[in-house]
Amino acid sequence: MSIKILPLVLGAAMGVAATAAHATTLEDVKAKGFIQCGVSQGLPGFSNPDAEGTWSGIDVDFCKAMAAAVFGDGSAVKFTPLSAKERFTALSSGEIDVLSRNTTWTMTRDTQLGLNFAGVNYYDGQGFMVRKDLGVTSALEMSGASVCTNTGTTTELNVADYFRANNMPYEIVAFEKADEVVQAYDAGRCDVYTTDASGLYAQRLKLTNPGDHMVLPEIISKEPLGPVVRQGDDEWFNIAKWTLNVMINAEELGVTMANVDDMKSSDNPSIKRLLGVEGAYGEPIGLSNDFGYSIVKAVGNYGESFDANVGPDTPLGIARGVNALWSQGGFLYAPPVR
Amino acid sequence: MSSETQDAAVKPARASLMNDPQVRGLFYQVLLVLVLVFLGWQIVSNTMANLERQNIASGFGFMENTAGFGIIQALVDYSETSSYGQALLVGFFNTLLVAVIGIFLATIIGFVVGIARLSNNWVISKIAYCYIELVRNIPLLLQIFFWYFAVLRAVPGKRDKWSFLFDTFHLNIAGLRGPKPVFEPGSGAIGYAVIAAIIGMVVLSRWARKRQEATGRQFPVFWSSLGLLIGLPMLAYLLTGMPMHFDLPIFNETGPVFSRGFELGTGFNVIPEFLALTLALAIYTASFIAEIVRAGIQAVSHGQTEAASALGIRPGHTLRLVVIPQAMRVIIPPLTSQYLNLTKNSSLAVAIAFPDLVSVGGTVLNQTGQAIEIIGIWMAVYLSLSLLTSSFMNWYNQRMALVER
Repeated sequence: MSIKILPLVLGAAMGVAATAAHATTLEDVKAKGFIQCGVSQGLPGFSNPDAEGTWSGIDVDFCKAMAAAVFGDGSAVKFTPLSAKERFTALSSGEIDVLSRNTTWTMTRDTQLGLNFAGVNYYDGQGFMVRKDLGVTSALEMSGASVCTNTGTTTELNVADYFRANNMPYEIVAFEKADEVVQAYDAGRCDVYTTDASGLYAQRLKLTNPGDHMVLPEIISKEPLGPVVRQGDDEWFNIAKWTLNVMINAEELGVTMANVDDMKSSDNPSIKRLLGVEGAYGEPIGLSNDFGYSIVKAVGNYGESFDANVGPDTPLGIARGVNALWSQGGFLYAPPVR
Repeated sequence: MSSETQDAAVKPARASLMNDPQVRGLFYQVLLVLVLVFLGWQIVSNTMANLERQNIASGFGFMENTAGFGIIQALVDYSETSSYGQALLVGFFNTLLVAVIGIFLATIIGFVVGIARLSNNWVISKIAYCYIELVRNIPLLLQIFFWYFAVLRAVPGKRDKWSFLFDTFHLNIAGLRGPKPVFEPGSGAIGYAVIAAIIGMVVLSRWARKRQEATGRQFPVFWSSLGLLIGLPMLAYLLTGMPMHFDLPIFNETGPVFSRGFELGTGFNVIPEFLALTLALAIYTASFIAEIVRAGIQAVSHGQTEAASALGIRPGHTLRLVVIPQAMRVIIPPLTSQYLNLTKNSSLAVAIAFPDLVSVGGTVLNQTGQAIEIIGIWMAVYLSLSLLTSSFMNWYNQRMALVER
C-alpha cells in the first residue's frame, strides 16, 4: 500500500515545486483556450447574468474584446463572479486572468497589491440615493442618517471621509453582497444607499418601486473604474491596455461592428493601422496583426458597448457625460495606434 | 517466534533489511515525515517567492495604519481614525459577544425544548417535535436572512417606534433602544457589592448543603441568593449617594428629516443585525441541543425514575436531582461540539452586515491586500476560541463524571 502511494506523493511534491516557474499569462491563456475573467456578482449594465446565465455589460464586453484580440473569437471567455472582497486575491492567486469588475483605480491598489490598472473604461463618482418622499435635496442634509453600502470598497472610506469632513454623525451598515444592500435599503433599514453613481442607477432597478427613489446631485469622489491585471507580466498588461485603447480609437475613427469589414478597405491610414491592414502592431505583443479588427467585429467600439449596456436607451439611462470622447467634451482619450 | 529464531540459527543467510517489518515500518514513517516537511517548506517558500515577485508587501506592519472606515457597533473605543489593529479588535469582541450570548440562549432553549419533547403532554411534546424538525432541517444562512429581513419589515420605520415596559424600551427598524447606565466616579462600590454578593451566594449555598446533609432541613437558597444579588448593589448605590444615572434615548419628532427618530449615540441600542444573528444562531443550535438533551435523558435507565418515585420523590425533584445529573454525562461531550459550531457559524454575520471579525477583517483585507495575514488572524482566533471552549467543557465534564466511591 505504502509503495503505491509513494509515487503519488512525490509527484504531488514535484507539482508544487514546478509551479514556482511560471509561464506567462498569454501562454497559459493560449494553452487552455479561453480567458478567465473576474466580474461582479450582478451589476446591471456592467456585468450581469441573464436568466440563461449569459453575461452582458461593458465590463463583460471588455473581456470579450480581450478574447477576440487573443483568439479572434469573442466567446473564448469564461466568467467568475466575485465579491468586492475576493476580487484582488482571485487575480493575484491566478484564479482569473483579468479582473473587469467596476474596480476603482487607486494608488494603494496600483502600487501595493501587485496589480496594474490597464486604463479606465468608465469614469464614475460616488453618489447617494434616498427616498423621494423624504424631501431631501442635498447630501449636506444627511446628518444623523443610517447609510447602507458594501464592505471592502472605496465607498466605505469615502462615506466616512465625507461625513467626517462635514461634521455629520452617521451610522454605517455594510453588507457583503450588493443584493442584501438593496434589500435592506428597500426595507427601510437605511435612509441612504451609497455606492458609485452608475451602481446606484443600476441597483435602483432592483427596488420595489424604482420611481420612488432619487440620486442626489452631489458626487463625493473620483472613481475611475477600469480592468486590472497582475503586475510583473508586461506582455499581458500591454494586451489589456491596447484592447481598451483600440475600442476607444475605433469609436473616434467611426469604425463600428457593422461597418468594420468595409472599413478594411478604407483609405484612412489610421483605420488601416487599427484594423491591421497596414503595419505590424499585433505581433510585437504576441497577437495577430488584425487583433483590432477582431475586437471591433466581436464587441464593437466603446460607444456601441456603452450605448448597448448603460446608455440612454437602456433601463439604466445613463448619459455619456464625462464618458464621451475627448473630442465631444468627455475624458476618453486613447493614444494612437502607430 | 521460536520457529523464526531457529530458522535464523540454522540458515544465517541474511534477508534484505527491507523485509524486516520494523525497519520497513520505520523507513516509511520517516519518509512520510520528510515528504510532509518538504511539502510544507515548498508551500511557504513558494508563497514568499510569489508575493515578492508580485510586489505584495507582507508582515503585520499594516496593523498600525489608519483604518478610515466606520463600524456600526464597537464594544471598545473606535473611530474612523483608529488603526486597522483596533478595527480587528472591535470585530473580535463582536464575535465573542455573539458567541457568548448565543450559547447562553441556545442552552436554555435547547434544554427546555429537549425536556418538552419527552413530556407526557401530547401537545407540548408535538410542538417541541415540530420545532426541532423544522429548524434543524433548514440551512442556517436562510434562517439568518429570515430573521433579518422578515423582522426588519415587521417593525416600525426609523421615524416611528413601538414602546413597551412603561416607555423605557423602544423597538424600531434601527434596533432595540433602552436606557443606558452611566457610571460616575465613586460608583466602584456598586461593582464591589456585586462581587461580595456573588461570594456570599457561594458561601450560603455551601452552608445550606452542609446543613441539609447534617440535619435534613432545607434552606431557600435560590430566593436568598437573588435577594443578595439585587439587595447588596442597591444598598451600595443608595449609601454612596446614587453615583449612577440612566442615559435615556432621545427621540426627535421634528427637525431635519434624517435627524428625526432616535438620535445617534443616545441611550443603549441593540442593532437589528445583532438581534437577527444571535436569535437565528440560538434557535438553530437549540434544535440540536434539544435532541442531545433528549438522548441524554433517555440514556438514564427507567429504573432510576421508578426507584425515585418508589422513594416518594416528587417528579420535579426526580428530574432535577436524579435524572439530569446522570444525563449530563451523556450530554456534555456532544454539547461541546454544538457550542463550537455556534461560535464558528457566527462568521455568517457578514451576510447581514453585523461587523464581526470576518466582516471587519474582510474590509481590512480589501484595503490593505494582506490576505495571508488576515486569514492567519481569522484562523488563529477561531482556533483559540474553539480550544478554549472545549477545554472549559472538558473540565466541566470531568467534574460531572461518575465518581466511584
